[in-house]
Amino acid sequence: MDSQARPASNSVNRSLHRKPNLPRNRWNVIFTGLAAFFAATVVLPLVLVLAYVVIKGASMMSLTLLSELPPSPGMTGGGIGNAILGTLIVSLIAALIAIPVGVGGGIYLAEYSKGGAFASFVRFGTNVLSGVPSIICGVFVYGLIVATRIFFDQSYSAMAGGIALSVLMLPTIIKTTDEGLKLVPQELRWGAIGVGASKFITITRITLPTAFKPIATGIVLSIARAAGETAPLIFTALFSPFWPEGLFSPIASMSVLIYNFAIMPYDVQIALAWATSFVLVMMILVMNIFARYVGSLNRI
Amino acid sequence: MIEDTKADLFRLRRRPLTEKLTDQSFRLLAIILASLVGLILAAILITVLVGSRSAMSAYGLGFLTTSNWNPVTNEYGAFTAIYGTVVTSTLSLLIAVPLGVGTAIFLTENFIPTKGRQIIGMMVELLAAIPSVVLGLWAIFVMEPFLRPLLNSLHDTLGWLPFFSTQPEGPGMAPAILILVVMILPIITAIARDSLLQVPIELRQAAYGIGTTRWGAIFQVILPAGISGITGGVMLALGRAMGETMAVTMIIGNSNNFSLSLLAPGNTIASMLANQFGEADGNQVSSLMYAAFVLMLLTLIINVLAQWIVRRLSLRYT
Repeated sequence: MDSQARPASNSVNRSLHRKPNLPRNRWNVIFTGLAAFFAATVVLPLVLVLAYVVIKGASMMSLTLLSELPPSPGMTGGGIGNAILGTLIVSLIAALIAIPVGVGGGIYLAEYSKGGAFASFVRFGTNVLSGVPSIICGVFVYGLIVATRIFFDQSYSAMAGGIALSVLMLPTIIKTTDEGLKLVPQELRWGAIGVGASKFITITRITLPTAFKPIATGIVLSIARAAGETAPLIFTALFSPFWPEGLFSPIASMSVLIYNFAIMPYDVQIALAWATSFVLVMMILVMNIFARYVGSLNRI
Repeated sequence: MIEDTKADLFRLRRRPLTEKLTDQSFRLLAIILASLVGLILAAILITVLVGSRSAMSAYGLGFLTTSNWNPVTNEYGAFTAIYGTVVTSTLSLLIAVPLGVGTAIFLTENFIPTKGRQIIGMMVELLAAIPSVVLGLWAIFVMEPFLRPLLNSLHDTLGWLPFFSTQPEGPGMAPAILILVVMILPIITAIARDSLLQVPIELRQAAYGIGTTRWGAIFQVILPAGISGITGGVMLALGRAMGETMAVTMIIGNSNNFSLSLLAPGNTIASMLANQFGEADGNQVSSLMYAAFVLMLLTLIINVLAQWIVRRLSLRYT
C-alpha cells in the first residue's frame, strides 16, 4: 500500500497522521458502516413487530376483551378470556411436569455424574432434544396420547398440550440447572459434607438454594417460550370456543387463537388476533425482563 | 477418661439407616430423571416410526421423490414439501448469516459504547422471545403487502429466470424465507457473539501491534479464531429453520403443487404437518408421520453435525 511512499521515506510521507484516503482506511469505513447497517437491520423487525402489535392490539384492551368468550364467526364483540386462562393452564401443566424432571436431571449431571459415558449421553440427548422441531413434539404427543386415547378415552386434551410443551421446556431446564449448579463453589459442598451433612441435605439445603437465581431465570425463560408455542398445541390441546372444561378436554390457548383467527375472513376475528398478540407478547416480554432482572441481581 | 468417651462417640457415629436410604433413593431418582431425556428421544423416534410404517411400506423411498399429494386418490409424495424445507431454510440462512455475523462483530468490537451494545444485544434477544405465531400474523398483514410491489418488480425484470417465473399473489416462498430470516437471526447473532467474545484479547492486541487495521484484524485473526462456534451456530440455525412451523405455515401458502418459482406458494414439511395433521385420517396420517420422520432425521443429522463441529474445530485458549 505504501510502496510509492517508500522511496521518499522522509518526515512528510512518514507522518504519523492517519491518512483517510488510504485504501485500507476506506475499506475500514465501508465495513464499519456495513456492520452498523446490519445491526440496524437485525433490530428493525423487533421494532416493527412490536409497533404493529401495540398499535393494532393495545387500542382494543378492555375488561370485556380480557374476560369474555370469543364471538362466533360473523358476530362482533367478545373477548379472549378463555384463551388467556387456557394458556395459563397449559403452561402450568407443562411447568409442573418439566421443572421436577429437568431440575432432577440437572442435579444428576452436576452433582452425581463423574463425566462417564452415561452423563455425556444425557448431555448429548439434551442437546439433541433441544433441536427437535416443536411440531415434531406435537406429532409425538399426538401419536402417544391423542391417538391412543390414553386419558379416560379422551383424545385432544389440555393435558396432552401440557405434556407436549413440557418436552420442549425440558432441555432448557436441564441445561440451566446443570450450569447453575456448576457455578456453586466446590468449597460449599466440602464444608457441608465436613460438618456431617448427607449428600441429600447438601444438595437440597446448600447447593440448590445457592444456585437458585440462575435456575429460576432459566425456568422463567423456558415457561415464557412455551407460553408462545403454537405448533405443539394445534393437534394436542386443539382449541375450544368455550371456557376450559377440565384437564382432559380440548382447551383454548392464545397462540392457537391467533393462528386460527388470523386466517379467518372476518375483520372482528383478525382484530381479536392482534389484541391476543398484544396480550401474549406483553406477557412474554414481562417474563423475559423479569427473568433477566432476577438473573442480574447479584450473581452467586 | 472424658477424652476417651468423646473419641468413642466419634468412632461409634454411624449414619442412620433413614439418612442412607434418603441419600440412595435421591441419587436413584436423579438418575431416573436424567435418563428420561434419552427415553423421550427414543419414544419420539419410535412413535413417529411406528406411525409412518404403513406409509413407508406403501410408498417406499418413492415418497421422497414424487410430488403428488392427493388425499382423494390416496397418493402421497412429499417432494414438494422436502424441496420447500430445503430451499427456504438454505436461502434464509444465506441471508441471515452475513447479517447475523455482521451484527455480532458490531456487538463485540468497540464501535459504539458498551451501553449501546448492551441495548442492541438485549433487543436481539427479545426478538428471539417473540412467538412465531405473532411473527406470522405480522407477516400476513404487514410484511407481505409491503413486499408485494417489490416482488412484482422482481418478477417483471427477472421473470425469465425459473425462480421468479410466477406472478406473486400473496403468500409464497419468498415471504416465508424472509420471515425465517427474522426468526433465525437472533440465534446466529447470539452464538456468533459468544464465540467472538471467547477469542482472547491478546490475539487482537497482537494483530493491532503488528500494524493491521481494525477490519484486517477482524477478517484475518478474530473471525478465523471464532469460526468453530460460528459454524456450529449456523448449523443450529439451519436445524431451527427447517423445523420452524407457525410463521412459515401462515405465509407460505400451503400448496402441494411443485413450482421452482420462489414467488409461488409452496410448502415445507413442518407447514404441511401443521396444516393437515388435525383433519387427516388413515393413510394421510401415516404419510404425514413419514414426512415428520424425514424432517426429524434431517434436523437430527444437522444438530449432531453441529455439535460435532463445535467440539472438533474449537480452539482452546487456556
